[in-house]
Amino acid sequence: MESGGGARRGRMVIDPKVRQVGFVTPGEQDGPAGVSSSSAQVNAPDSPAPVMIPPAPRVAVPAAADHSPPKPAAPVPIPPRSPPLPPRNFDAEDEMPLGSYNPGGEGVLAGSPNSSYGKASSEKAEIGDLSPTMVAELNSSMMEMSLERSKYELPVPEKENESTADVISERVEVPAINNNEGPENDARQRKLKDRTSKAERRALQESQRAAKEAARASAAVAKAKPPPQKKDGSNEKKGVDKKPVDKSGEKDKKKEVVVPEKDKRKDAPAPRLQFDDEQKVAKARRRAIVEQTTETKHRVELFRHLPQFVPPTQLQALEEKYLQNDTMHIHPAVYQVGLKYLTWDIVGGNARCVAMLEAFKEMIRDYTTPPQKVMSRDLTAKINSHVSFLSTCRPLSISMGNAIRSFKLKIGKLRDTLTEAEAKSSLVSHLETFAQEKIILADKEIVKHAVTKIIDGDVVLTHGFSCVVEMVLSHAHSIGKKFRVVVVDSRPRLEGRILLRSLLAQGLKCTYTHINAVTYIMQEVTKVFLGAASILANGTVYSRVGTAAAAMVAHGYRVPVMICCETYKFHERVQLDSICSNELGDPDALVGVAGRKEFRELVGWDESEHLRLLNLTYDATPADYVSMIITEHGMVPPTSVPVILREYRKEPIL
Amino acid sequence: MEEEEQVIGDFNRWRQRPELAEAVAAIKALTAVIQRSQASTMMGLEIELKNASEMLKAWDRSSISLSAGCDLFMRYVTRTSALEYEDINAGKSRLIERGERFGDISLKARETIALLGQDFVQDGCCILVHGSSRVVLALLKLAANNGKNFTVIVTEGGPKKTGMEVSKKLSAAGIPVTVIVDSAVAYTMDRVDMVLVGADGVVESGGIINVIGTFQVALIAHSMKRPFYVAAESFKFARLYPLDQQDLSISTGQEESSNPARDYTPPHYLTLLFTDLGVLTPSAVSDELIQLYL
Repeated sequence: MESGGGARRGRMVIDPKVRQVGFVTPGEQDGPAGVSSSSAQVNAPDSPAPVMIPPAPRVAVPAAADHSPPKPAAPVPIPPRSPPLPPRNFDAEDEMPLGSYNPGGEGVLAGSPNSSYGKASSEKAEIGDLSPTMVAELNSSMMEMSLERSKYELPVPEKENESTADVISERVEVPAINNNEGPENDARQRKLKDRTSKAERRALQESQRAAKEAARASAAVAKAKPPPQKKDGSNEKKGVDKKPVDKSGEKDKKKEVVVPEKDKRKDAPAPRLQFDDEQKVAKARRRAIVEQTTETKHRVELFRHLPQFVPPTQLQALEEKYLQNDTMHIHPAVYQVGLKYLTWDIVGGNARCVAMLEAFKEMIRDYTTPPQKVMSRDLTAKINSHVSFLSTCRPLSISMGNAIRSFKLKIGKLRDTLTEAEAKSSLVSHLETFAQEKIILADKEIVKHAVTKIIDGDVVLTHGFSCVVEMVLSHAHSIGKKFRVVVVDSRPRLEGRILLRSLLAQGLKCTYTHINAVTYIMQEVTKVFLGAASILANGTVYSRVGTAAAAMVAHGYRVPVMICCETYKFHERVQLDSICSNELGDPDALVGVAGRKEFRELVGWDESEHLRLLNLTYDATPADYVSMIITEHGMVPPTSVPVILREYRKEPIL
Repeated sequence: MEEEEQVIGDFNRWRQRPELAEAVAAIKALTAVIQRSQASTMMGLEIELKNASEMLKAWDRSSISLSAGCDLFMRYVTRTSALEYEDINAGKSRLIERGERFGDISLKARETIALLGQDFVQDGCCILVHGSSRVVLALLKLAANNGKNFTVIVTEGGPKKTGMEVSKKLSAAGIPVTVIVDSAVAYTMDRVDMVLVGADGVVESGGIINVIGTFQVALIAHSMKRPFYVAAESFKFARLYPLDQQDLSISTGQEESSNPARDYTPPHYLTLLFTDLGVLTPSAVSDELIQLYL
């Protein structure tokens, strides 16, 4: 009977028409917000709705605080949220005078929950509605404490679509949050565990999430004291590596809750690091080489689960860190490539992947196995740290992720009998072959197939700058086909201009327009060629933002849409929208318009409470809009992507 | 040259059997090429096969099933570990075995399809048939022999009036037939329960190439929500991917766009394909092709 399982069941059982507002307990007839408790009773008593908590002798938080509009645009219907009020902080605040990490303070809570309620809640009632900005003023020591505490709370299932900041405003019963190891604490915990129900633990979890949220809102430094019990296991990579949930199983309670979710998670591929999970972020941050500032003030709530944009001012910090820190050992070639990513000097899936593979080749060539270490393991660790460096410069692209995966598999397969030199040369040749076969030769094949689809008199539209599409158009022109090109561009990156320059230099007739005119220009267009960052298992095309719009308009005008993409970029995951996974770019890039100094309306946007700028990098085009995908294996319909993944990845790539 | 004559001779001999599909005749002829081959290496044998295949394809450039059948035969036969055999004779016999097996499958394809497809014919249903396909005829005859009561409406199929032949054959099998003009398809679609056509070729997207008028019937069936079934053997799967009708004429070399003989029906309008590999959805066609051309 774990609250994790119960919460999941409970969530599925919730009838959206009878949403619970506020908190209801199974027995209670009138909840604080006067909601119908009948729905609460519909759920079996042992699988209550997630927000059920027992009543407690306390000063009720003003009912107004409980009502809140359901979270907009949440992919999964979730219980209604109140404005982010983190009650945990109140406790923390109470404890602050006692010291940032003080078992005594904890003891107050851990000892007898009900009594602590009385004490804390009165203060809480005074504090009332704490707005996020006020919360942001709480200092880092408090955050540390929350982090300490948080590691004992229920794990945040990464698969949940719920946002973590919203929290239950009611006081929640505190199960044993005890920093002390020790048998008597364990016993006490277990006792407390019995007293709290799944729902209560769930409610607590959510409140603690809010606490972490609030704590995160404060200063950027996330140097929480490494909790003594936390086992620093293998490196945790952000984004790319599919790792199971943090396995620092210290407490039974946590373990109990973790187990069913872990089991379930073992079947599903491990999700990426969700950035609203403070625990994981803090852990990753400790390992990160570059400081990450999360400017939560300017954060768009809908995208808070994604890594926030890292401005190139990090350059400074990077240099210092790199030069000063001895344990870094980032190979200079990789460092250079990372800098190029950071400044967006190298863009595009293929370019980034090739640059990374080149850098890794250098790294392997200069690598020597330290004494007493196994080459494959040490090398894997080194690769991990380099990859984590690269991903802090800029989140990894899917093409890079696949290349890394294949490379690590190759490392893992190295036979022990090889000498170091042989192993190194085999790895270097693997990297070379990968780049040659999967990218360069694949591009040639794609061009060969694609030019058969361009006929004289065609008007070909493309969006942004895809290197493969450029190759296709160049080759078609060079073999004498008579056609003209429409280049559709979009702010803020205006990558289409690079393509335009290149095509004009070759003598192609081009039309240049921005995305706002795509519906107009589409009347003249006969074919659309687009590139992709990746194609997902359900045929969804993950590409530069604006691609989906162009494809949709083309579909509306019954113009065929051809996606040119190498198979190494295909990915097994499925994405239904552009929100759950994306990359956030620099919001300040939207402020100015190049060459038009008079557009100053958005200057000073960060001072406004109500304005947020969102600069997305990618979007997802549904498979319905795609007529065909041109790969090195030929032209396939979008429904055949899983077939290619199945047939050509029977063994791991290469 | 002698070899060429032999291949064509074989081909024509097989084609004399009217029930045989062209592609099957070609496959049989190609299998005979392997048997006759004097090559001393596998590569040499492959080259001979390739030349023979080209010759057969040249015999009728506009036949998609012929070229698809030849290509598939080449793939099927050469895609075997026999090529690694050092002993040419062992390799040859393996290839012959595969070739014969492919020939048998193709020959029996029609029966397999009839068996699978006749399940979809229900008592009292009304089927619209367009074009003259021997597979469709076999399917309907089998259904009638199994005691199902149904009626068939056949389009005239002008200007060659091929529909009349079809209706004669169906009547001979004891099936009640009505012939309608091509323009009356929309008018009749209300009364129809399902549409059944054959195919000249099945393309990579899952769409079909068939006699002119098929696309029209498919559009009407789709808009009036009637299932549209295609009966096609697997050797008709071609590695073509037309985007539209114009693209089709380019890839098959069809010159007459003012009086086309064939049209392309996109997969969106097809419900299911009855093939000897099973009853497939249009997306599965690409799956099969990828597996074969791996």
